[in-house]
Parts: sequence; C-alpha cells; structure tokens
Amino acid sequence: MPMLGILASQILGHLSSFESIATVTVGAGGASSISFASIPQTYTHLQVRGITRSLGTTTSPNEENELRLNGDTGANYSLHRLAGGGASATSDGFSGLTFTESGFGAGATANANVFSAVVLDILDYADTNKYKTIRSLNGFDNNGGGQVALFSGAWLSTAAVTSLLIYTYSGAGFAQYSSLALYGIKG
Amino acid sequence: MAQTYDSIATQTLGSAVASVTFSSIPATYTDLILVVNAAMSANNPVYLRVNGLTTAIYSNTWIVGNGAAASSGRYSAAALGGAGFNLDNLNASTPFPADFSGQATYHLMNYANTTTDKTILLRAGNAAGWTVLDCGLIQTTSAISSINIYPYTGTWSAGSTFTLYGIKAA
Repeated sequence: MPMLGILASQILGHLSSFESIATVTVGAGGASSISFASIPQTYTHLQVRGITRSLGTTTSPNEENELRLNGDTGANYSLHRLAGGGASATSDGFSGLTFTESGFGAGATANANVFSAVVLDILDYADTNKYKTIRSLNGFDNNGGGQVALFSGAWLSTAAVTSLLIYTYSGAGFAQYSSLALYGIKG
Repeated sequence: MAQTYDSIATQTLGSAVASVTFSSIPATYTDLILVVNAAMSANNPVYLRVNGLTTAIYSNTWIVGNGAAASSGRYSAAALGGAGFNLDNLNASTPFPADFSGQATYHLMNYANTTTDKTILLRAGNAAGWTVLDCGLIQTTSAISSINIYPYTGTWSAGSTFTLYGIKAA
C-alpha cells in the first residue's frame, strides 16, 4: 500500500494506485465555482491538483479559495495557515468556520497569465469513523508579489466525502483556463 | 498505456556533473513532478530552467525555517536575470553518505498548456539545515519540453538522483 507520506513527496511505489477521477477546466466567461460531485467511495485518499485565477478585484492580486465538503454550510470547519508573502512568515488559525480553504489564489489584477497552483490532499475521505483532514500546498508568484503557503484544515464530520466545492472568497469566480483535477489514491 | 502517475525518466549520477537535463518531455501529461535527492560539491543555490530559456522570466516567493526562525523572501525576474527558478537552501555539500542529502520535490503544474504562464510549487530541505516551501513563476506560455537543473557553482555529486514523473488528468 503506498503511504501518503511517500505520495506527499511524490515518490510512488504502486503507480496504478493513483487514478484520475475527473477534471474541470473553466471555459470562456469564467465560472462561479468548481465542483466535483458523486465522488466514488472506492479510494482511500483524494488529491486535488491544478491552477486557478480569480476574477475578483476586491482583494487582488491575492484571492482566497474556499472549500466546502458535501455542501455543508454549517460552522463545521477549521483552518490553520503558514504563509510567506516575501517579507515575513505568518501563521494564523480559525475555528467555527462555514468553510475551510484550499489555498491562496491569483486575483484579477495579478500580472497577465499568472495562475496560482494547489496540491491538496483529503485523507481517509470515505472513513466514517474520522473527521476529515485537509492539507494544501499552494501559492502563486507575481514577479515581485504573491504568496506561498501550507494550509491544514478540518471538516468536523464523520460522513464520507461525496462532493467538493471550491469557490472564491471574493465571490467573483474563476477565470477561463482555471483547471482542477481530482485524483483517487487506493490504499 | 500510460498510467495516471508515470515515471518518465531517472538519472542517477555515476560521477559529478555540472547540470542535469531532461529533454524531449512528452506533452501528454497534466503535471510534472521532479524529485531530487542530491548533494553538491559546495553549498550554493540551485537553479531550474525550462526549454533552455535564459532570459529574465523566472521569479519566486518562499518561506523557510532553519530550526530557529521562519522567514520569507522573494526574487524578482530582474534579480535572477535568467539564471532560473531559484532554490537557496538545498544545502547539501558533503558527499554521500557522510551527510544528509538535500531533497526537493518540484511540481510543474499544467506544464503543457499553451495559454498560461507556468507555476511551480516546491518543497525542499535538508535534515541538517533547512526546510523550504517555494512558489515560482516562469513567464512563458510555451509547453515545457525540457528541464535543466544545476548548482550555481560546482557540480552535482555522484550518487545524486533525479526522477521525473508525469501525472495525467482525466
């Protein structure tokens, strides 16, 4: 069984244990959110990989991409962040949230063609004996700006994860060419 | 038939070399992952270039912990001047096996698309020195077809390993 620690370092022992489930690429005109529904329950862990750019200008050039599981809008999430913005390292944490986060994103006033990147893991997503832990490596560089970060989040539910919703804090949605891919990892 | 997560190529150095190159990278994957487990002849920055591009198109932002404090910094494209995507803290200059190797995992995201600039996520470190999280921008909308990684001065040491993986989305 490939250990997630090995996967996190991207040295995989059993390559056939890592399978592509679905990909969403935003078309012309943008999209308000990106979602994955009807997630098969046949894997052990999930990984989301991809690039995004927000249409938001309120907090641009930075955006925060939020994440909800199973459409849960209750105050059932927490989040801790370690981030570097080029001048200092910062850390913060939140509990009782109605969402957690997948990562910092590039906003609409970031330099042209700049997209943020994310590698996000949800461990034991189908285990009904555990709350769900989310881990994210994310960031973007804007040639003199940008942020890089590690996020750790929790969804305080023992329900198996069947859907993911990623959306922008600004509410403006994602720009064309934003693309997220969902993968399943067998244990 | 390609798997979702494929090993594309591996280089294990039999002797010291100034740089390592992966060329003719197929454009059939979504992301590339480059895993480095290496030592160098001297402590110095490591640079990664793509497609042989030496112009000022590389920049990055990082956060680093050295066991005493955490800090953050960045290099602009003008500051790097085309040297490549920068990693300052691989910090492994003692030949194997006397010291911990420097380890780095580069995620080159959506590397084959021809509409966006390229974003790299990097985790790296050396058990004797530093742990680093880095994000880089390569200002090219071209698909990445080659990768060159090199220490600023000196050589990669014999025994260093470099493995390139491809991840293919549905």
